[in-house]
Amino acid sequence: MTYWLQQLLNGIALGFVYALIALGYTMVYGIVRLINFAHGDVFMVGAFVSLFVLRAIGSLTVTGAPWADGLILFLITVVASMVVCAALNVVIERLAYKPLRNAPRIAALITAIGVSLSIEFFTSLRFLFGPDFVRYPTPLPSTSWTIAGLQVSAIQVLIAGVAIVLLLGLNYVVRYTKMGKAMRATAFDRDTARLMGIDVDLTISFTFGLGAALAGAAGVLYATSYPQLYTFMGIVPGLKAFTAAVMGGIGSIPGAFVGALIMGVAEVAAKATYSTMADGVAFLILIVVLLVKPSGIFGEAAVEKV
Amino acid sequence: MKVKLPQWAVLVIALVVGILIQVAIQLELLNAYLALILTYMCIMIVSSLGLSIIYGFTGQFSLGHAAFMGLGAYAGAVFTHYVGSGDGVVAPWAFLLALIVGGVFAALVGYLAGLPILRLSSDYLGIATLGLGIIVRVTLENSDKIIPITAGARGMTGIDAPPLIFLWAFAILLLAVIVARNLRFSSVGRACFSIREDETAANLMGIDVVRYKTIAFVLGCFYAGVAGVLYAHTYVFLHPMSFDFLKSFDPLLIVVLGGLGSLSGTVLAGAGWVAVLEGLRMLLSGDLARFLEWRYVIYPVVLIIMMLLRPQGIFGTREFAFLTPREVEAPEPALADGVVTDGAHS
Repeated sequence: MTYWLQQLLNGIALGFVYALIALGYTMVYGIVRLINFAHGDVFMVGAFVSLFVLRAIGSLTVTGAPWADGLILFLITVVASMVVCAALNVVIERLAYKPLRNAPRIAALITAIGVSLSIEFFTSLRFLFGPDFVRYPTPLPSTSWTIAGLQVSAIQVLIAGVAIVLLLGLNYVVRYTKMGKAMRATAFDRDTARLMGIDVDLTISFTFGLGAALAGAAGVLYATSYPQLYTFMGIVPGLKAFTAAVMGGIGSIPGAFVGALIMGVAEVAAKATYSTMADGVAFLILIVVLLVKPSGIFGEAAVEKV
Repeated sequence: MKVKLPQWAVLVIALVVGILIQVAIQLELLNAYLALILTYMCIMIVSSLGLSIIYGFTGQFSLGHAAFMGLGAYAGAVFTHYVGSGDGVVAPWAFLLALIVGGVFAALVGYLAGLPILRLSSDYLGIATLGLGIIVRVTLENSDKIIPITAGARGMTGIDAPPLIFLWAFAILLLAVIVARNLRFSSVGRACFSIREDETAANLMGIDVVRYKTIAFVLGCFYAGVAGVLYAHTYVFLHPMSFDFLKSFDPLLIVVLGGLGSLSGTVLAGAGWVAVLEGLRMLLSGDLARFLEWRYVIYPVVLIIMMLLRPQGIFGTREFAFLTPREVEAPEPALADGVVTDGAHS
């Protein structure tokens, strides 16, 4: 029993990371109906940016206490990754996706695949990130506590903390700011939103940037708990997060969150029972969800217009 | 193509060229490396023709094509392992059977997987087939628990090669082109194209959308499976990662670059793609070798530029004259007529 509760806990920690990635997918899909394949690669870039930041200022001491210093470093890397990733995704959107906004959806999807592959192969060049696995120097000490027989590591607590803060922040932005209102309006009906005086291009760019910032933060969190980086590391978590977004109902923000938690728990459970098949299980879930309830848990059934 | 050769003449010329290349390989006028590239070219084109039938003809966006190639490759390799003599050479009859076994196995899995997932449309189908590809890879990695000789994630070795593998691959390529061409201008092909153009309209015209989608998908998977068997017996080594979903983007790129629905385009783009990738490997030797990894940076960029500037591909839906039946001079109007008459009796 304790064993499974432990797995549940680990699954939830992983689910928080997936949630941050899934939100980017779901927001972008909601607003431009595009599966942004490159989103997983933005996540990868986020992890690498934090690596470079750590290499540059890793020996920084502010307070002298290793705990406090580690925490400060960690938060700096999160912010740096968020900024770089947001900028990167806005550039991708402007260069590659914007010209195709009125093209068939598959053309945009193929472009997204092209962007994804070019980021992966470009960053594996030797003068950039390189093709090899890189060890990630976690700035945080590996403390863990035992609560009621369950092991809770400091990293897990921090992941959950950062993820919750970001999710609440996102909720605030989407619900209570002018830009959030513009995002919701554009997702609802782009043409009408434009007629109402909303700068649709700016809103779409903002959505890409916001989603990428979350993916960048997820990259740092993921690297902290799985300290091995390589340039193709974004593909599988990206696809799993996308699966989570579909499961929750694509376009729905709470849906992406719930879907991601389910996904994280399912993956850890699969790993605990039969580890080599774990990746397959995630995609089996995807196919089953697409077949049984393609609109997802929180999604509204879309009526196909002829 | 001003001079119109009879179609059988084109076929004869192609066969003669193929035999001459094989003779040159036997006489070692072409080295083993070039022979391998030429064989790989044929394999890649056969696989891409399969995707062309699925995506180019019928508009079903599949990102799992490499998985079906892998299934065929493993099925064929296991088959020749059990029927072969084990002395390093596969008898022609055994190889022929292996090709059929691999193709049928991939087609069967394609049929079973297609029953549920072909209901999905456009990008969702892409994601589902991508997921299917990953499931297949994971299954192959664990396949040694049932069939020990596949060796799972360690990779399968000890596959016997048939003699004259290039000629096999080339002959199958010709066959694949002929079958695909006949399909394209048949009622089935016209039904597929009409589904691609507008599924709802095709349905209203009385075309059994599900049936034709399944036919196209299963046939495409059969092509991939056959290409996989060729691959297995050319390289005599198989690894699940060789059929990872990243590899599914190769035939996709070829089909999209060549032109969706154009066989000529697919054949040329496939040949050109392998020639450029491998040609650059030869050109960029010595000091320039460090630019070699740029190849994989450039090809997705080409894909993006293609989508931005010419999304219909190099050929669009045009074909070489020798791939077009006599009575059908221009494919487009013939298609439009065909859809209507076809719908009446199906």
